[in-house]
Amino acid sequence: MVEARRFPIGEPILEVKNISLRFGGVRAITDTSFNVFRHEIRAIIGPNGAGKSSLLNCINGIYKPQEGTIALNGEVLDKISPNIVARKGLSRTFQNLALFKRMSVLDNILVGRKLHMSANFLSVALRLPEAVREERENRAKCEEIVEFLEISHIRDTPVGRLPYGLQKKVELGRALATEADILLLDEPMAGMNVEEKRDMCRFILKVNDEFGTTMVLIEHDMGVVMDISDNVVVLDYGKVIGDGPPDEVRADRAVIDAYLGVAHD
Amino acid sequence: MNTNVVFMGYTRSDLTNLVVVLALALLVIPLTVESDYWYASILIPWLCLALAAVGQQIVMGYAGQLALGAAGFMAAGAFACFNLILRVPYMPFPVALALSGLIAAAFGVLFGLPSLRVRGIYLMVATLASQFFIVWMIDKFGWFKNYDTSGIITAQDIVIFGKTFTTPLEMYLVVVVVVAVLTIFAVNMTRGSTGRSWMAVRDMDIAAESMGISLLRTKLQAFAISAFFCGVAGALFAFTYLKSLEPVAFDIKLSFKILFMVILGGLGTISGAFIGAAFILLFPVVLNSLGNNVFHGAIDATIISAAEQVVFGVLIIVFMIYEPLGMAKLWENVKQRFNFKRAPTAALSKTQAT
Repeated sequence: MVEARRFPIGEPILEVKNISLRFGGVRAITDTSFNVFRHEIRAIIGPNGAGKSSLLNCINGIYKPQEGTIALNGEVLDKISPNIVARKGLSRTFQNLALFKRMSVLDNILVGRKLHMSANFLSVALRLPEAVREERENRAKCEEIVEFLEISHIRDTPVGRLPYGLQKKVELGRALATEADILLLDEPMAGMNVEEKRDMCRFILKVNDEFGTTMVLIEHDMGVVMDISDNVVVLDYGKVIGDGPPDEVRADRAVIDAYLGVAHD
Repeated sequence: MNTNVVFMGYTRSDLTNLVVVLALALLVIPLTVESDYWYASILIPWLCLALAAVGQQIVMGYAGQLALGAAGFMAAGAFACFNLILRVPYMPFPVALALSGLIAAAFGVLFGLPSLRVRGIYLMVATLASQFFIVWMIDKFGWFKNYDTSGIITAQDIVIFGKTFTTPLEMYLVVVVVVAVLTIFAVNMTRGSTGRSWMAVRDMDIAAESMGISLLRTKLQAFAISAFFCGVAGALFAFTYLKSLEPVAFDIKLSFKILFMVILGGLGTISGAFIGAAFILLFPVVLNSLGNNVFHGAIDATIISAAEQVVFGVLIIVFMIYEPLGMAKLWENVKQRFNFKRAPTAALSKTQAT
């Protein structure tokens, strides 16, 4: 990123304010606030059990936090469920792969186009011209994504048969197909080898650069985090203990103590 | 896949298959099969039950909702059709058939509601309510049976555009046309965005929801469409096969039969519904004639019929162990093996077919 960005970082797109989430007596997240800015790549890091995934699940509407508000594009999401949040322009991937296992790669990605397809079941059943046209256009769109992610050779394979790294790619493809303003990626590189990680980073940067998509990603590989993110939020025991550019966060005393540990070198 | 689409999103092979099947059903069979037994006792019930199995396939094989109660919706459709023709003057049979489907669909939505809360085997138990409630309701309130006390009501004649369809061949043609049209609709839905939403809910509901799919709408839609198919199938079953209406014909045994058709045929394939229905219907007939011809009465008939059940049960178990994806998958494997010899690339790109 030597040249100027095509989509400079802008105003907050996602505002998390004083979120608290409890499961019975367990406090998963306590009074957490941070902003994600338009067009940035934001990493969320923290030790295991710090509440990172729970936080994404709150933003996405799977969990309902007991306190606090989440605003997307300046609009406070009050009655949130995942499908309503999706309609407002937010999409995501999951930590433990949540693909449609018996469907082909292309069909998985086509499900991501759901919100761009409006034909009802009757026009689909009758193959009315509008339904046929819509299907053709969205298929073409998905072919582009498949091409972009370099997975054309497996487009008709049921995803359940694919190796892990490829499944992760398909899941990214499905999220990209939504053309959401903001993507939440829950450990997109977990369990990948170096090469696959490098590929994944390339795709994330490319998407951010070409479409200006805001990315929020949870990642454990510090090298990756420092390389690709514009800002980093550090969580520990459900609390924000650091928030800022990677270099600043890396130098922060509290962060070092909690997460990075004492420097070895 | 996209390159050989020739018409309305269908590929050349889709259209070839369609033409072959329709020619077989509408020309070859009517011209060659003369025996009424074949129409009245094999082809008509097979098509009717296959249509109900398509309905079961939609809710279970595609939308992944373990529902058990197809026969309840069939009863709703059958008695709705009877009452519509009885009570509405000049009610044409095709319209009555479609309305019966819609009435069954309304029941489908109602009994699909538990799917929003429970899943799996618990949903299966909850959906049994449709089976028991609908049949009980028809039995309990005389109005549905037009206050007939004999328990068996004769179905009205099928009249379409002034022509009465009475012979087995004529009835067969009515059934074929209805089943063909609805099956094409089902194939279109399962291959289009509607079916993808169902399958997404089946495979990973939380991800489906995160892609903007409303679970409530998608599940209830699947239940409604499934019940529509079952309702129409039930009306056809009563009017062309049983030629009478009695609630006991739609008991839980029939629901289980339809469930087995779908499981044996192969979950998540429309063709599986037809193959499974053929297997379940024909197998007892084959076993029976085999028993009679091989043993020539050396063994008591009651023992043969008991053995039939045992063999049938064993076969189901064996089948489930060795090919859990059903007979449609078996057929697919055979086809692929032949394709592979001829053109390896074609076989590889055909990893899945509906």
